[in-house]
Amino acid sequence: MSSPKPIQLILARQLASSLATPILIVDTDGTLIFYNEPAEVILDQRFDETGEMPADVWSARFALADEAHTPIAQEDRPMMMALSERKPYSRTVWMQCGHREWLNVNITAFPLIGEERQFLGAQMIFWEI
Amino acid sequence: MQVTLWGTRGSLATPGPEMARYGGNTSCVGVLGREGTVLVLDAGTGIRPLAATIPESLRRVDILLTHLHMDHIQGLGFFAPLYRADIEVHIWGPGSATLRLQARLMRYLSPPLFPVNLSELPCKLIFHDISSRELDIGEFHVCSALVCHPGPTLGYRIAAPEGGILTYLPDHEPALGALRFPSLPREWTSGGALAADADLLIHDGQYSATEYPGHCGWGHSSLNQTLDFGTLTEVKQLVPFHHDPDHTDTDLDRLIAQAIDQTKPGYQVTPGIEGTIFEL
Repeated sequence: MSSPKPIQLILARQLASSLATPILIVDTDGTLIFYNEPAEVILDQRFDETGEMPADVWSARFALADEAHTPIAQEDRPMMMALSERKPYSRTVWMQCGHREWLNVNITAFPLIGEERQFLGAQMIFWEI
Repeated sequence: MQVTLWGTRGSLATPGPEMARYGGNTSCVGVLGREGTVLVLDAGTGIRPLAATIPESLRRVDILLTHLHMDHIQGLGFFAPLYRADIEVHIWGPGSATLRLQARLMRYLSPPLFPVNLSELPCKLIFHDISSRELDIGEFHVCSALVCHPGPTLGYRIAAPEGGILTYLPDHEPALGALRFPSLPREWTSGGALAADADLLIHDGQYSATEYPGHCGWGHSSLNQTLDFGTLTEVKQLVPFHHDPDHTDTDLDRLIAQAIDQTKPGYQVTPGIEGTIFEL
């Protein structure tokens, strides 16, 4: 069993579950604690099958490159920036899931800050351009 | 610990002969520890008769507010110990993102809504802003956590040194946004960790299953959801609480029996009737 989740993460998951845009939610360590059904295409597996995944595992499931098709280092990816800087971060990138074709997407990640400025994790959405 | 229900009605005090058995006072529960610690859970109109039972020798009382909706604070100004100079009254509850607990409470406890200012009270009044945390109050270990209800709202889990666990979630809508409820494990369910394996869970059960869809998002549960929540969290006994002001004694008997029949809980369900005392 995973650890009890704060209400902000529970509500974030409920909202993500009812939206059509791919959404990933990570905890403060970058562990992927939930992704919704539209995001299952990106991660190439259902959340019910994977459960929670460490940062190095889930981030290896898709490749990101900048507008010039230069690979983006793990630490420069939007989710990692949102976690390390605790600021919203948005970037237009090329994304490849598995061996499928590259897609031009906008990725926006933002930290989840609770009561008393408690840092709870971050959320990321993908928007195909 | 001894747990007494002093007010079990939700939303609005509801006097009248048709409500006499379940009671018309709004949310208030008294908790008395074996070593004499007195906790008051919420300050609905039930707090006034509770105050009459507090001995003159008591020098400290702790009021734990879940949130600041009117039915949970309306009795506060009528809590007799506030007008005693020889007692400490500690008020615990949630601030907001912009206001501290004291400032939020003063919106009600000041003219023109109330004739007396907090600063005029003779007791030693101490405010504690809390959200999700663990603390010790007298002999009790208390865990608080934010739960699903409009505005900052806490639930409480109170453990006595001799082993009893009481969980208090009077205003709670854990089913909000869920496609099916319960479908997720309890660590992903609002209030799940607070209620896990509790000896006694006092939980919102404001609506019938047919009434709930018309009130989704108002922060309350149907009786069926409440009993399913009790099954998910594996409580030993559950008290449906925060009864809708439109539900008479006859309605509540019928609705609770119907919910038990439909959900078949494997634990004891005790209707939330004013004056009921539990020994944990």
